[in-house]
Amino acid sequence: MVATTFAWVSSPDFWINVAILTATYGIFALGIQLNKGTTGITNLAQAGFMAIGAYTFAILVVREGWNSWVAMLVGVGAAMVAAVLVGLPSLRLRADYFAITTLAFAEIVRYLADNSRDLTNGSQGLAGYNNDWFKLSLSMERRLDDAGIPTPGFLVPLALVSVALLLVLTLLVGALVRTPWGRVLRAIREDEDAARALGKNTLVYKLQSLALSAALAAVAGYVLAFNLTLLTPEQFDPVFTIFAYVIVILGGLGSYVGVVISSFVLMTLLEATRFVELPLPADRVAAVRFVIVGAVLMLLVAFRPQGILGKRQEMVLGE
Amino acid sequence: MTSADAVSALANPRFPRVGPLGVVAVALAVSAFYLLVRVGPTALAQATVNGLVTGSYFALGAAGLTLVYGVLKLLNFAWGEYLTLGAYLAVLGRTAFDLPLGVALIFGAVATAVFALLLELSMWRPMRRKGAGMFQLLLMSLGLAFVMRYVIQLVAGTEVRQVGSNVTSTIRVGDIYIGRTQLWAVLVAFAALVTLAVLLRRTRLGKQIRALSDNPELAETTGVNTDRIVLVTWILAGALAGLAGVVYGASVGVITPTLGFGIVLSLFAAAILGGLGNAYGALAGGILIGLVQEWSTLVIAANLKIAVSFVVMILVLILRPQGIFGQARTAER
Repeated sequence: MVATTFAWVSSPDFWINVAILTATYGIFALGIQLNKGTTGITNLAQAGFMAIGAYTFAILVVREGWNSWVAMLVGVGAAMVAAVLVGLPSLRLRADYFAITTLAFAEIVRYLADNSRDLTNGSQGLAGYNNDWFKLSLSMERRLDDAGIPTPGFLVPLALVSVALLLVLTLLVGALVRTPWGRVLRAIREDEDAARALGKNTLVYKLQSLALSAALAAVAGYVLAFNLTLLTPEQFDPVFTIFAYVIVILGGLGSYVGVVISSFVLMTLLEATRFVELPLPADRVAAVRFVIVGAVLMLLVAFRPQGILGKRQEMVLGE
Repeated sequence: MTSADAVSALANPRFPRVGPLGVVAVALAVSAFYLLVRVGPTALAQATVNGLVTGSYFALGAAGLTLVYGVLKLLNFAWGEYLTLGAYLAVLGRTAFDLPLGVALIFGAVATAVFALLLELSMWRPMRRKGAGMFQLLLMSLGLAFVMRYVIQLVAGTEVRQVGSNVTSTIRVGDIYIGRTQLWAVLVAFAALVTLAVLLRRTRLGKQIRALSDNPELAETTGVNTDRIVLVTWILAGALAGLAGVVYGASVGVITPTLGFGIVLSLFAAAILGGLGNAYGALAGGILIGLVQEWSTLVIAANLKIAVSFVVMILVLILRPQGIFGQARTAER
């Protein structure tokens, strides 16, 4: 009954797609790793920050005719400002209240995006923000062709750029958490009272962690936007954030290389399920993928909370 | 008995001052007056009726959520899916076993209670025994939400289901309309919540549940059988969730795999407003969130109403995390 063809393994389109998704979710999840894995704060607003970044950029380009690269910088800034505004009152709350507050914030952003039709076009979707990117993408493709490197599909430049971004950002954030600044974040995770007793203003550090995470979410949002060519509010469903937690737990809390690897593993797995032919209608096949994600999350949390690369002694998935 | 009477009758007698309740009352009165001037009495009355209807589903859904939180300090993000499951089980009862609607309602509630009990035994209890922390349990519940929602979709598909309730017939009082099924839904919800309140107040079992959510160590040393009370709490909460799912599904007339997921944050908002862990608070919180949502449609776009209630929830969390009835102690633990 269940037929599987393995033609996808050698299909360049498949791997280009996996590469872009790995980068999108990986960059997005780096922020969650910084928040949860390193600082110990349960940020569930990541999809909301991504929406703020992506929409700020797209609106400035489409409605105001801004240069894309400037608009992207402003989008990152907007996401960071939002993170500070959300974090300022809510980071003082107990951990579980903080989680709910951030989740509700992300949903408020999504509802607002859905309703501000003048700006976002609502569920119709906002298009026309990617001209500058297309120009760059085309010139990259031409250069690759000139150099004799085959480019199967117009998404090759996006795949290359986004994966390069993922790797650079992973190294950067990984280096950042090894600085004295990162040590304070880890101290907050281990024992916030102790960190405070040593004279650290822990709220400021937690805000910085959250804002940096929001910036990463905005960057992930641009990759998502260029991959899609149409922004709609439902792309910023909180499910995106849950996926990031699956990636972070799978890779191991605190491990930045783990984020890259587990993002790749998860995306390969999920994309491969598209090629499993089940004797079921499309909506039910889509459900299978989500059941897998949910089950992976539950099984990991229950049986291997340190993930693939996490070190048990450094990271116990507790409070 | 109006909802306000019920709330004040049920409110914790140890609650010291008028403080937050007074603030809520003034806010309600001011909003009502503003809306009265702005949109007139008929529109306001209609929105209020709609708010009470929605509020009663929220109260029912939030009651179970807050009971479980009280006893186990577990924030169950899969709670919406417990409601969805209840609704689909009632659909199953209607279509497969040809049950009458009232029996299907009870079937949905009982089956969801059994399911909640099984999950406690197979998942939550073993996790607690392992010493799982808050974050671990939170992630478990998020994973569970995915698995439940999409297993339901896998089995039943995304097509709209119904429990065969009459969603077109309305009752008219003056210029105010209320759906017949909605009226039934409100009655069922209030009957269930009053039963719950009596159970918690008057019976030994109820006292033990409250003792456990107040102070687990003290409850245990005074001879409360913790394991048993936890199981009873899951049964009660599961039944309430199943009931809420069926009642909600019956009165909106549309049952899809995202039925519960769509309102789960509103349920959190209701539970938080009433004070997490406070079952009476959930009733007031549910009604208030229902009113806030429906009243907001009088002045801003209707599809922003859920966002408005989330703003209220965030404000409550920031300004008074223990909710309008909760005691400061509850919020600290």
